[in-house]
Amino acid sequence: MRPSRLIAPLYLLLSLVPIYWLVSMSLKTNEEILGPFSLFPRLPTLANYLVIFTEPDWRQGYINSLTYVGINTVLSVVLALPAAYAFSRYRFLGDTHLFFWLLTNRMAPPAVFLLPFFQLYSSIGLFDTPWAVALAHMLFTVPLAVWILEGFMSGVPREIDETAYIDGYSFPRFFLRIFLPLIRSGVGVTAFFCFMFSWVELLLARTLTSVETKPIAATMTRTVSAAGMDWGVLAAAGVLTLIPGAVVIYFVRNYIAKGFALGRV
Amino acid sequence: MDKPTNNRAWLLVLPVLAVVAFSAVIPLMTVVNYSVQDILGPEQHIFVGTEWFRKVLRDPELHGALRRQLGFSLAVLAIEIPLGIGLALALPMKGRSASVSLVVLALPLLIPWNVVGTIWQIFARGDIGLLGLVINALGWKYNYTADALDAWLTVLAMDVWHWTPLVALLCYSGLRAIPEAFYQAARIDGASAWATFRYIQLPRLKGVLTIAVLLRFMDSFMIYTEPFVLTGGGPGNSTTFLSQYLTRLAVGQFDLGPAAAFSLVYFLVVLLFSYIFYTAMTQQGQEKAS
Repeated sequence: MRPSRLIAPLYLLLSLVPIYWLVSMSLKTNEEILGPFSLFPRLPTLANYLVIFTEPDWRQGYINSLTYVGINTVLSVVLALPAAYAFSRYRFLGDTHLFFWLLTNRMAPPAVFLLPFFQLYSSIGLFDTPWAVALAHMLFTVPLAVWILEGFMSGVPREIDETAYIDGYSFPRFFLRIFLPLIRSGVGVTAFFCFMFSWVELLLARTLTSVETKPIAATMTRTVSAAGMDWGVLAAAGVLTLIPGAVVIYFVRNYIAKGFALGRV
Repeated sequence: MDKPTNNRAWLLVLPVLAVVAFSAVIPLMTVVNYSVQDILGPEQHIFVGTEWFRKVLRDPELHGALRRQLGFSLAVLAIEIPLGIGLALALPMKGRSASVSLVVLALPLLIPWNVVGTIWQIFARGDIGLLGLVINALGWKYNYTADALDAWLTVLAMDVWHWTPLVALLCYSGLRAIPEAFYQAARIDGASAWATFRYIQLPRLKGVLTIAVLLRFMDSFMIYTEPFVLTGGGPGNSTTFLSQYLTRLAVGQFDLGPAAAFSLVYFLVVLLFSYIFYTAMTQQGQEKAS
Protein backbone atom coordinates (compact mmCIF):
# COMPACT_ATOMS: atom_id res chain seq x y z
CA MET A 1 0.00 0.00 0.00
CA ARG A 2 1.34 3.41 -0.96
CA PRO A 3 1.85 5.83 1.93
CA SER A 4 -0.32 8.44 0.22
CA ARG A 5 -3.29 6.14 0.73
CA LEU A 6 -2.90 6.64 4.45
CA ILE A 7 -3.30 10.42 4.37
CA ALA A 8 -7.09 10.50 4.21
CA PRO A 9 -7.78 7.87 6.89
CA LEU A 10 -5.18 9.46 9.15
CA TYR A 11 -6.66 12.93 8.78
CA LEU A 12 -10.20 11.65 9.30
CA LEU A 13 -9.11 9.81 12.41
CA LEU A 14 -7.42 12.91 13.82
CA SER A 15 -10.42 15.08 13.03
CA LEU A 16 -12.57 12.69 15.00
CA VAL A 17 -10.50 13.06 18.16
CA PRO A 18 -12.12 16.31 19.40
CA ILE A 19 -15.53 14.83 18.63
CA TYR A 20 -14.62 11.68 20.50
CA TRP A 21 -13.61 13.88 23.41
CA LEU A 22 -17.04 15.48 23.36
CA VAL A 23 -18.85 12.14 23.27
CA SER A 24 -16.71 10.66 26.01
CA MET A 25 -17.25 13.75 28.14
CA SER A 26 -21.00 13.49 27.72
CA LEU A 27 -20.85 10.05 29.30
CA LYS A 28 -18.86 11.17 32.32
CA THR A 29 -19.94 12.77 35.55
CA ASN A 30 -18.77 16.29 36.26
CA GLU A 31 -16.42 15.00 38.94
CA GLU A 32 -14.73 12.71 36.47
CA ILE A 33 -14.45 15.41 33.80
CA LEU A 34 -12.70 17.78 36.20
CA GLY A 35 -10.85 14.99 37.96
CA PRO A 36 -7.68 13.21 36.84
CA PHE A 37 -7.28 12.48 33.15
CA SER A 38 -9.11 9.49 31.72
CA LEU A 39 -9.25 8.49 28.09
CA PHE A 40 -12.42 6.42 28.49
CA PRO A 41 -15.30 7.14 30.84
CA ARG A 42 -14.65 5.04 33.93
CA LEU A 43 -18.26 4.83 34.97
CA PRO A 44 -20.26 5.60 31.82
CA THR A 45 -23.48 7.34 32.74
CA LEU A 46 -26.44 8.53 30.72
CA ALA A 47 -27.47 10.98 33.43
CA ASN A 48 -26.42 13.95 31.31
CA TYR A 49 -28.65 12.87 28.45
CA LEU A 50 -31.45 12.20 30.88
CA VAL A 51 -31.32 15.82 32.04
CA ILE A 52 -31.78 16.97 28.47
CA PHE A 53 -34.54 14.56 27.59
CA THR A 54 -36.57 15.33 30.67
CA GLU A 55 -36.45 19.10 30.35
CA PRO A 56 -39.05 20.51 27.96
CA ASP A 57 -36.78 23.52 27.25
CA TRP A 58 -34.28 21.36 25.49
CA ARG A 59 -36.88 19.59 23.40
CA GLN A 60 -38.40 22.91 22.43
CA GLY A 61 -34.98 24.30 21.56
CA TYR A 62 -34.46 21.39 19.23
CA ILE A 63 -37.80 21.93 17.51
CA ASN A 64 -37.16 25.69 17.25
CA SER A 65 -33.80 25.21 15.60
CA LEU A 66 -35.12 22.66 13.13
CA THR A 67 -38.05 24.95 12.28
CA TYR A 68 -36.01 27.98 11.30
CA VAL A 69 -33.34 25.91 9.60
CA GLY A 70 -36.06 24.14 7.62
CA ILE A 71 -37.73 27.40 6.56
CA ASN A 72 -34.37 28.84 5.64
CA THR A 73 -33.26 25.86 3.56
CA VAL A 74 -36.52 25.52 1.60
CA LEU A 75 -36.90 29.25 0.93
CA SER A 76 -33.24 29.73 0.00
CA VAL A 77 -33.29 26.91 -2.55
CA VAL A 78 -36.68 27.84 -4.02
CA LEU A 79 -35.76 31.50 -4.46
CA ALA A 80 -32.25 30.79 -5.67
CA LEU A 81 -33.33 28.37 -8.41
CA PRO A 82 -34.83 30.90 -10.87
CA ALA A 83 -32.14 33.46 -10.09
CA ALA A 84 -29.37 30.95 -10.71
CA TYR A 85 -31.06 29.96 -13.95
CA ALA A 86 -31.09 33.58 -15.09
CA PHE A 87 -27.39 34.02 -14.27
CA SER A 88 -26.43 30.77 -15.93
CA ARG A 89 -28.44 31.19 -19.15
CA TYR A 90 -28.78 34.86 -19.95
CA ARG A 91 -26.81 37.99 -20.21
CA PHE A 92 -28.68 40.95 -18.81
CA LEU A 93 -28.13 44.45 -17.62
CA GLY A 94 -25.66 44.41 -14.73
CA ASP A 95 -25.56 40.64 -14.37
CA THR A 96 -21.91 40.22 -13.40
CA HIS A 97 -22.08 43.07 -10.89
CA LEU A 98 -25.26 41.72 -9.43
CA PHE A 99 -23.72 38.27 -9.13
CA PHE A 100 -20.80 39.58 -7.12
CA TRP A 101 -22.97 41.97 -5.13
CA LEU A 102 -25.07 39.06 -3.94
CA LEU A 103 -21.99 37.53 -2.42
CA THR A 104 -20.95 40.78 -0.79
CA ASN A 105 -23.93 40.37 1.52
CA ARG A 106 -22.16 37.40 2.95
CA MET A 107 -19.26 39.67 3.84
CA ALA A 108 -21.14 41.83 6.28
CA PRO A 109 -20.01 40.77 9.72
CA PRO A 110 -23.08 39.47 11.57
CA ALA A 111 -22.06 41.63 14.50
CA VAL A 112 -22.71 44.67 12.27
CA PHE A 113 -26.27 43.64 11.65
CA LEU A 114 -27.25 42.62 15.14
CA LEU A 115 -28.84 45.85 16.22
CA PRO A 116 -30.43 46.85 12.90
CA PHE A 117 -31.85 43.35 12.55
CA PHE A 118 -33.26 43.51 16.02
CA GLN A 119 -34.96 46.82 15.27
CA LEU A 120 -36.17 45.76 11.84
CA TYR A 121 -37.73 42.51 12.93
CA SER A 122 -39.18 44.02 16.08
CA SER A 123 -40.86 46.78 14.12
CA ILE A 124 -42.62 44.36 11.77
CA GLY A 125 -43.58 41.97 14.52
CA LEU A 126 -41.33 39.10 13.49
CA PHE A 127 -39.12 39.24 16.55
CA ASP A 128 -39.00 35.95 18.44
CA THR A 129 -40.45 33.96 15.55
CA PRO A 130 -38.62 31.36 13.47
CA TRP A 131 -39.21 33.57 10.45
CA ALA A 132 -36.95 36.30 11.79
CA VAL A 133 -34.03 33.91 12.14
CA ALA A 134 -34.75 32.20 8.83
CA LEU A 135 -34.86 35.54 7.00
CA ALA A 136 -31.73 36.81 8.72
CA HIS A 137 -29.84 33.65 7.83
CA MET A 138 -31.02 33.94 4.25
CA LEU A 139 -28.74 36.93 3.97
CA PHE A 140 -25.82 34.54 3.74
CA THR A 141 -27.45 31.33 2.54
CA VAL A 142 -29.24 32.80 -0.51
CA PRO A 143 -26.11 34.23 -2.20
CA LEU A 144 -24.29 30.98 -1.63
CA ALA A 145 -27.24 29.00 -2.98
CA VAL A 146 -27.30 31.14 -6.12
CA TRP A 147 -23.55 30.70 -6.63
CA ILE A 148 -23.57 26.94 -6.18
CA LEU A 149 -26.71 26.33 -8.24
CA GLU A 150 -25.41 28.55 -11.01
CA GLY A 151 -22.34 26.34 -11.20
CA PHE A 152 -24.42 23.21 -11.54
CA MET A 153 -26.73 24.76 -14.10
CA SER A 154 -23.87 25.95 -16.27
CA GLY A 155 -22.78 22.33 -16.41
CA VAL A 156 -26.02 21.44 -18.22
CA PRO A 157 -25.71 22.07 -21.98
CA ARG A 158 -27.99 24.81 -23.25
CA GLU A 159 -29.11 22.63 -26.16
CA ILE A 160 -31.33 20.80 -23.70
CA ASP A 161 -33.32 23.99 -23.03
CA GLU A 162 -33.66 24.69 -26.72
CA THR A 163 -34.77 21.17 -27.58
CA ALA A 164 -37.42 21.34 -24.89
CA TYR A 165 -38.81 24.62 -26.27
CA ILE A 166 -38.93 23.19 -29.79
CA ASP A 167 -40.83 20.23 -28.38
CA GLY A 168 -43.41 22.70 -27.10
CA TYR A 169 -42.59 22.68 -23.41
CA SER A 170 -43.60 25.81 -21.53
CA PHE A 171 -40.92 27.31 -19.29
CA PRO A 172 -42.36 26.14 -15.94
CA ARG A 173 -42.98 22.65 -17.29
CA PHE A 174 -39.51 22.44 -18.77
CA PHE A 175 -37.98 23.69 -15.56
CA LEU A 176 -39.80 21.25 -13.30
CA ARG A 177 -39.92 18.18 -15.53
CA ILE A 178 -36.61 18.29 -17.34
CA PHE A 179 -34.19 20.79 -15.88
CA LEU A 180 -34.68 20.21 -12.17
CA PRO A 181 -34.08 16.45 -12.35
CA LEU A 182 -30.86 17.15 -14.24
CA ILE A 183 -29.44 19.29 -11.45
CA ARG A 184 -30.79 17.15 -8.62
CA SER A 185 -27.36 16.67 -7.14
CA GLY A 186 -26.82 20.44 -7.22
CA VAL A 187 -30.01 21.02 -5.30
CA GLY A 188 -28.88 18.43 -2.76
CA VAL A 189 -25.51 20.07 -2.25
CA THR A 190 -27.07 23.54 -2.04
CA ALA A 191 -29.62 22.40 0.50
CA PHE A 192 -26.81 20.87 2.54
CA PHE A 193 -24.85 24.12 2.60
CA CYS A 194 -27.92 26.17 3.52
CA PHE A 195 -28.77 23.71 6.25
CA MET A 196 -25.23 23.72 7.57
CA PHE A 197 -24.72 27.47 7.74
CA SER A 198 -28.11 28.06 9.31
CA TRP A 199 -27.76 25.21 11.79
CA VAL A 200 -24.41 26.30 13.19
CA GLU A 201 -24.94 30.08 13.31
CA LEU A 202 -25.79 31.31 16.76
CA LEU A 203 -25.15 35.03 17.11
CA LEU A 204 -28.10 36.14 14.98
CA ALA A 205 -30.29 33.27 16.04
CA ARG A 206 -29.86 34.19 19.67
CA THR A 207 -30.35 37.90 19.19
CA LEU A 208 -33.55 37.54 17.21
CA THR A 209 -35.26 35.19 19.61
CA SER A 210 -36.01 35.63 23.27
CA VAL A 211 -38.36 33.13 24.84
CA GLU A 212 -40.62 31.31 22.44
CA THR A 213 -38.20 30.29 19.75
CA LYS A 214 -34.80 29.96 21.41
CA PRO A 215 -32.51 27.75 19.35
CA ILE A 216 -30.99 24.65 20.87
CA ALA A 217 -27.50 26.11 20.86
CA ALA A 218 -28.69 29.08 22.91
CA THR A 219 -30.30 26.80 25.44
CA MET A 220 -26.86 25.33 25.90
CA THR A 221 -25.44 28.53 27.30
CA ARG A 222 -27.71 28.15 30.30
CA THR A 223 -25.81 25.17 31.59
CA VAL A 224 -23.59 27.65 33.36
CA SER A 225 -25.19 27.31 36.75
CA ALA A 226 -24.30 28.82 40.10
CA ALA A 227 -22.12 25.81 40.81
CA GLY A 228 -20.00 26.51 37.73
CA MET A 229 -20.07 24.88 34.30
CA ASP A 230 -22.16 21.76 33.97
CA TRP A 231 -19.71 20.26 31.50
CA GLY A 232 -21.38 16.90 31.22
CA VAL A 233 -24.77 18.27 30.21
CA LEU A 234 -23.11 20.75 27.88
CA ALA A 235 -21.24 17.92 26.17
CA ALA A 236 -24.37 15.80 25.92
CA ALA A 237 -26.22 18.73 24.32
CA GLY A 238 -23.31 19.19 21.93
CA VAL A 239 -23.51 15.56 20.88
CA LEU A 240 -27.24 15.92 20.25
CA THR A 241 -26.70 18.98 18.04
CA LEU A 242 -24.50 16.82 15.84
CA ILE A 243 -27.21 14.31 15.01
CA PRO A 244 -29.46 16.24 12.60
CA GLY A 245 -26.42 17.35 10.64
CA ALA A 246 -25.07 13.84 10.44
CA VAL A 247 -28.44 12.60 9.16
CA VAL A 248 -28.56 15.31 6.49
CA ILE A 249 -25.02 14.67 5.28
CA TYR A 250 -25.77 10.95 5.12
CA PHE A 251 -28.63 11.63 2.73
CA VAL A 252 -26.79 14.07 0.49
CA ARG A 253 -23.44 12.25 0.43
CA ASN A 254 -24.12 10.72 -2.98
CA TYR A 255 -25.10 14.08 -4.40
CA ILE A 256 -21.87 15.58 -3.17
CA ALA A 257 -19.94 12.67 -4.60
CA LYS A 258 -21.63 13.14 -7.96
CA GLY A 259 -19.95 16.46 -8.07
CA PHE A 260 -20.48 19.68 -9.86
CA ALA A 261 -18.65 21.42 -12.63
CA LEU A 262 -18.66 25.09 -11.87
CA GLY A 263 -18.81 26.54 -15.32
CA ARG A 264 -18.85 30.23 -14.68
CA VAL A 265 -15.69 31.38 -13.01
CA MET B 1 -20.44 30.04 -26.52
CA ASP B 2 -22.11 33.36 -25.86
CA LYS B 3 -25.17 33.68 -23.75
CA PRO B 4 -28.19 35.39 -25.29
CA THR B 5 -29.03 38.82 -23.93
CA ASN B 6 -32.38 38.85 -22.24
CA ASN B 7 -33.26 41.63 -19.90
CA ARG B 8 -36.42 39.90 -18.85
CA ALA B 9 -34.17 37.52 -16.92
CA TRP B 10 -34.32 40.22 -14.26
CA LEU B 11 -37.75 38.88 -13.38
CA LEU B 12 -36.16 35.59 -12.36
CA VAL B 13 -33.68 37.37 -10.11
CA LEU B 14 -36.30 39.59 -8.53
CA PRO B 15 -37.39 37.31 -5.66
CA VAL B 16 -33.80 36.90 -4.50
CA LEU B 17 -33.21 40.63 -4.76
CA ALA B 18 -36.33 41.37 -2.75
CA VAL B 19 -35.27 39.09 0.09
CA VAL B 20 -31.67 40.23 0.13
CA ALA B 21 -32.65 43.87 -0.08
CA PHE B 22 -35.01 43.39 2.84
CA SER B 23 -32.48 41.69 5.06
CA ALA B 24 -29.37 43.51 3.89
CA VAL B 25 -30.08 46.94 2.49
CA ILE B 26 -32.45 48.15 5.20
CA PRO B 27 -30.12 47.18 8.07
CA LEU B 28 -27.14 48.54 6.18
CA MET B 29 -28.89 51.87 5.84
CA THR B 30 -29.55 51.85 9.56
CA VAL B 31 -25.84 51.31 10.16
CA VAL B 32 -24.93 54.18 7.83
CA ASN B 33 -27.41 56.33 9.70
CA TYR B 34 -25.88 55.52 13.06
CA SER B 35 -22.37 56.11 11.83
CA VAL B 36 -22.95 59.83 11.31
CA GLN B 37 -25.02 60.55 14.38
CA ASP B 38 -24.51 60.90 18.08
CA ILE B 39 -27.32 58.99 19.72
CA LEU B 40 -28.12 60.32 23.15
CA GLY B 41 -31.59 58.90 23.57
CA PRO B 42 -34.46 57.43 21.59
CA GLU B 43 -35.43 60.83 20.18
CA GLN B 44 -32.13 62.68 20.51
CA HIS B 45 -29.93 62.30 17.49
CA ILE B 46 -27.26 64.80 16.57
CA PHE B 47 -25.58 64.78 13.21
CA VAL B 48 -21.82 64.59 13.71
CA GLY B 49 -20.53 63.98 10.19
CA THR B 50 -17.36 61.97 9.95
CA GLU B 51 -16.34 62.33 13.57
CA TRP B 52 -16.84 58.66 14.43
CA PHE B 53 -14.93 57.55 11.36
CA ARG B 54 -11.98 59.71 12.32
CA LYS B 55 -12.11 58.46 15.87
CA VAL B 56 -12.30 54.82 14.83
CA LEU B 57 -9.57 55.03 12.20
CA ARG B 58 -7.15 56.51 14.73
CA ASP B 59 -7.87 53.89 17.34
CA PRO B 60 -4.64 51.94 18.04
CA GLU B 61 -6.66 49.03 19.43
CA LEU B 62 -8.39 48.72 16.11
CA HIS B 63 -5.08 48.68 14.27
CA GLY B 64 -3.92 45.85 16.52
CA ALA B 65 -7.11 43.88 15.92
CA LEU B 66 -6.83 44.43 12.18
CA ARG B 67 -3.23 43.22 12.10
CA ARG B 68 -4.09 40.13 14.12
CA GLN B 69 -7.09 39.54 11.91
CA LEU B 70 -5.13 39.78 8.67
CA GLY B 71 -2.41 37.49 9.97
CA PHE B 72 -5.00 35.02 11.11
CA SER B 73 -7.00 35.02 7.86
CA LEU B 74 -3.91 34.65 5.70
CA ALA B 75 -2.67 31.79 7.87
CA VAL B 76 -6.07 30.15 7.57
CA LEU B 77 -5.98 30.38 3.77
CA ALA B 78 -2.35 29.23 3.56
CA ILE B 79 -3.11 26.11 5.58
CA GLU B 80 -6.67 25.19 4.72
CA ILE B 81 -6.63 25.57 0.94
CA PRO B 82 -3.63 23.26 0.22
CA LEU B 83 -4.70 20.85 2.94
CA GLY B 84 -8.24 20.76 1.59
CA ILE B 85 -7.04 20.10 -1.96
CA GLY B 86 -4.69 17.38 -0.76
CA LEU B 87 -7.42 15.78 1.26
CA ALA B 88 -9.86 15.88 -1.65
CA LEU B 89 -7.28 14.12 -3.82
CA ALA B 90 -6.62 11.51 -1.15
CA LEU B 91 -10.25 10.67 -0.39
CA PRO B 92 -11.57 7.44 -1.89
CA MET B 93 -13.77 8.04 -4.90
CA LYS B 94 -15.98 4.96 -4.92
CA GLY B 95 -17.93 2.62 -2.76
CA ARG B 96 -18.74 2.48 0.92
CA SER B 97 -15.43 3.93 2.04
CA ALA B 98 -16.20 7.06 0.00
CA SER B 99 -19.54 7.66 1.71
CA VAL B 100 -18.18 6.89 5.16
CA SER B 101 -15.25 9.27 4.58
CA LEU B 102 -17.56 12.05 3.40
CA VAL B 103 -19.82 11.77 6.42
CA VAL B 104 -16.87 11.71 8.83
CA LEU B 105 -15.17 14.55 6.98
CA ALA B 106 -18.20 16.82 7.18
CA LEU B 107 -18.91 16.22 10.87
CA PRO B 108 -16.93 19.21 12.22
CA LEU B 109 -18.84 21.52 9.87
CA LEU B 110 -22.14 20.57 11.43
CA ILE B 111 -21.33 21.44 15.01
CA PRO B 112 -22.83 24.74 16.15
CA TRP B 113 -20.08 27.31 16.54
CA ASN B 114 -20.41 27.77 20.25
CA VAL B 115 -20.17 24.00 20.68
CA VAL B 116 -16.98 24.02 18.61
CA GLY B 117 -15.57 26.58 21.01
CA THR B 118 -16.70 24.55 24.00
CA ILE B 119 -15.18 21.34 22.69
CA TRP B 120 -11.81 22.98 22.18
CA GLN B 121 -12.01 24.88 25.41
CA ILE B 122 -11.84 21.56 27.23
CA PHE B 123 -9.95 19.57 24.63
CA ALA B 124 -7.00 21.99 24.76
CA ARG B 125 -6.88 22.43 28.52
CA GLY B 126 -3.62 21.33 30.04
CA ASP B 127 -5.17 19.68 33.08
CA ILE B 128 -8.21 17.83 31.77
CA GLY B 129 -8.05 18.00 27.96
CA LEU B 130 -6.54 15.42 25.68
CA LEU B 131 -4.73 17.87 23.40
CA GLY B 132 -3.32 19.97 26.21
CA LEU B 133 -2.12 16.93 28.07
CA VAL B 134 -0.44 15.44 25.02
CA ILE B 135 1.35 18.68 24.17
CA ASN B 136 2.49 19.13 27.75
CA ALA B 137 3.69 15.53 27.83
CA LEU B 138 5.81 16.30 24.76
CA GLY B 139 7.66 18.87 26.82
CA TRP B 140 6.12 22.11 25.55
CA LYS B 141 4.69 24.21 28.33
CA TYR B 142 1.41 24.82 26.59
CA ASN B 143 -1.34 26.84 28.20
CA TYR B 144 -3.76 28.67 25.96
CA THR B 145 -5.38 30.64 28.75
CA ALA B 146 -2.13 32.28 29.83
CA ASP B 147 0.14 32.43 26.81
CA ALA B 148 -0.78 34.71 23.92
CA LEU B 149 0.95 32.68 21.22
CA ASP B 150 -0.57 29.43 22.47
CA ALA B 151 -4.01 31.01 22.43
CA TRP B 152 -3.54 32.28 18.90
CA LEU B 153 -2.29 28.90 17.72
CA THR B 154 -5.18 27.14 19.43
CA VAL B 155 -7.70 29.32 17.63
CA LEU B 156 -5.87 28.62 14.38
CA ALA B 157 -5.81 24.85 15.01
CA MET B 158 -9.49 24.96 15.87
CA ASP B 159 -10.30 26.83 12.68
CA VAL B 160 -8.25 24.44 10.55
CA TRP B 161 -9.98 21.47 12.16
CA HIS B 162 -13.38 23.09 11.76
CA TRP B 163 -13.19 24.45 8.21
CA THR B 164 -10.70 22.41 6.17
CA PRO B 165 -13.56 19.95 5.50
CA LEU B 166 -15.44 22.71 3.67
CA VAL B 167 -12.54 23.22 1.26
CA ALA B 168 -12.10 19.46 0.92
CA LEU B 169 -15.79 18.89 0.20
CA LEU B 170 -15.91 21.59 -2.46
CA CYS B 171 -12.72 20.31 -4.11
CA TYR B 172 -13.91 16.73 -3.87
CA SER B 173 -17.10 17.49 -5.74
CA GLY B 174 -15.08 19.47 -8.27
CA LEU B 175 -12.77 16.51 -8.82
CA ARG B 176 -15.71 14.18 -9.29
CA ALA B 177 -16.92 16.32 -12.16
CA ILE B 178 -13.79 15.69 -14.24
CA PRO B 179 -14.67 13.23 -17.02
CA GLU B 180 -12.76 9.95 -17.00
CA ALA B 181 -11.62 10.66 -20.57
CA PHE B 182 -9.27 13.38 -19.31
CA TYR B 183 -7.45 10.91 -17.09
CA GLN B 184 -7.27 8.35 -19.87
CA ALA B 185 -5.70 10.90 -22.17
CA ALA B 186 -3.20 11.78 -19.45
CA ARG B 187 -2.30 8.13 -18.93
CA ILE B 188 -1.76 7.62 -22.64
CA ASP B 189 0.55 10.62 -22.67
CA GLY B 190 2.38 9.13 -19.71
CA ALA B 191 1.75 12.16 -17.52
CA SER B 192 3.13 12.04 -14.00
CA ALA B 193 0.81 12.41 -11.03
CA TRP B 194 2.04 15.97 -10.58
CA ALA B 195 1.45 16.84 -14.24
CA THR B 196 -2.03 15.35 -14.07
CA PHE B 197 -2.73 17.47 -11.05
CA ARG B 198 -1.19 20.63 -12.44
CA TYR B 199 -2.67 20.54 -15.94
CA ILE B 200 -5.91 18.60 -15.56
CA GLN B 201 -7.19 18.66 -12.00
CA LEU B 202 -6.12 22.10 -10.82
CA PRO B 203 -7.56 24.08 -13.76
CA ARG B 204 -10.83 22.20 -13.42
CA LEU B 205 -10.93 22.96 -9.70
CA LYS B 206 -10.66 26.67 -10.25
CA GLY B 207 -14.38 27.34 -9.99
CA VAL B 208 -14.80 25.57 -6.70
CA LEU B 209 -11.51 26.95 -5.41
CA THR B 210 -12.69 30.49 -6.06
CA ILE B 211 -15.72 29.82 -3.91
CA ALA B 212 -13.61 28.06 -1.29
CA VAL B 213 -11.06 30.88 -1.04
CA LEU B 214 -13.75 33.56 -0.90
CA LEU B 215 -15.81 31.71 1.68
CA ARG B 216 -12.85 30.88 3.87
CA PHE B 217 -11.49 34.38 3.66
CA MET B 218 -14.80 36.04 4.47
CA ASP B 219 -15.71 33.68 7.27
CA SER B 220 -12.30 33.71 8.90
CA PHE B 221 -12.32 37.48 8.70
CA MET B 222 -15.56 37.53 10.63
CA ILE B 223 -14.71 34.81 13.12
CA TYR B 224 -16.48 35.54 16.35
CA THR B 225 -18.18 32.78 18.28
CA GLU B 226 -15.35 30.25 18.48
CA PRO B 227 -12.60 32.49 19.95
CA PHE B 228 -15.23 34.18 22.10
CA VAL B 229 -16.12 30.89 23.71
CA LEU B 230 -12.56 29.57 23.74
CA THR B 231 -10.61 32.48 25.16
CA GLY B 232 -12.97 35.44 25.37
CA GLY B 233 -10.42 37.34 23.28
CA GLY B 234 -7.55 36.93 25.68
CA PRO B 235 -5.06 36.53 27.17
CA GLY B 236 -4.54 40.24 26.81
CA ASN B 237 -5.85 41.01 23.35
CA SER B 238 -4.09 38.17 21.61
CA THR B 239 -7.23 36.58 20.18
CA THR B 240 -9.36 39.71 19.96
CA PHE B 241 -10.24 39.76 16.29
CA LEU B 242 -12.25 42.42 14.53
CA SER B 243 -15.68 41.00 15.30
CA GLN B 244 -14.88 40.72 18.99
CA TYR B 245 -13.65 44.26 19.08
CA LEU B 246 -16.77 45.43 17.28
CA THR B 247 -19.11 43.58 19.59
CA ARG B 248 -17.30 44.95 22.60
CA LEU B 249 -17.79 48.43 21.19
CA ALA B 250 -21.44 48.01 20.23
CA VAL B 251 -22.81 45.82 23.00
CA GLY B 252 -20.29 46.20 25.79
CA GLN B 253 -19.84 49.94 25.78
CA PHE B 254 -22.96 50.73 23.74
CA ASP B 255 -21.05 53.21 21.60
CA LEU B 256 -23.45 52.95 18.69
CA GLY B 257 -21.95 55.68 16.56
CA PRO B 258 -18.33 54.50 16.60
CA ALA B 259 -19.51 50.89 16.36
CA ALA B 260 -21.48 51.69 13.22
CA ALA B 261 -18.59 53.63 11.69
CA PHE B 262 -16.29 50.75 12.53
CA SER B 263 -18.76 48.28 10.99
CA LEU B 264 -18.69 50.15 7.72
CA VAL B 265 -14.90 50.31 7.65
CA TYR B 266 -14.81 46.59 8.48
CA PHE B 267 -17.30 45.80 5.73
CA LEU B 268 -15.28 47.77 3.19
CA VAL B 269 -12.07 45.97 4.17
CA VAL B 270 -13.69 42.55 3.66
CA LEU B 271 -15.21 43.75 0.40
CA LEU B 272 -11.89 45.05 -0.86
CA PHE B 273 -9.97 41.87 -0.12
CA SER B 274 -12.71 39.62 -1.46
CA TYR B 275 -12.85 41.64 -4.64
CA ILE B 276 -9.09 41.32 -5.06
CA PHE B 277 -9.25 37.54 -4.57
CA TYR B 278 -12.25 37.26 -6.85
CA THR B 279 -10.81 39.23 -9.77
CA ALA B 280 -7.41 37.58 -9.36
CA MET B 281 -8.93 34.12 -9.57
CA THR B 282 -11.41 34.81 -12.35
CA GLN B 283 -9.00 36.78 -14.52
CA GLN B 284 -6.38 34.09 -14.35
CA GLY B 285 -8.91 31.78 -15.96
CA GLN B 286 -9.68 34.22 -18.74
CA GLU B 287 -6.02 34.43 -19.67
CA LYS B 288 -5.90 30.66 -19.86
CA ALA B 289 -9.02 30.47 -21.95
CA SER B 290 -7.85 32.94 -24.55
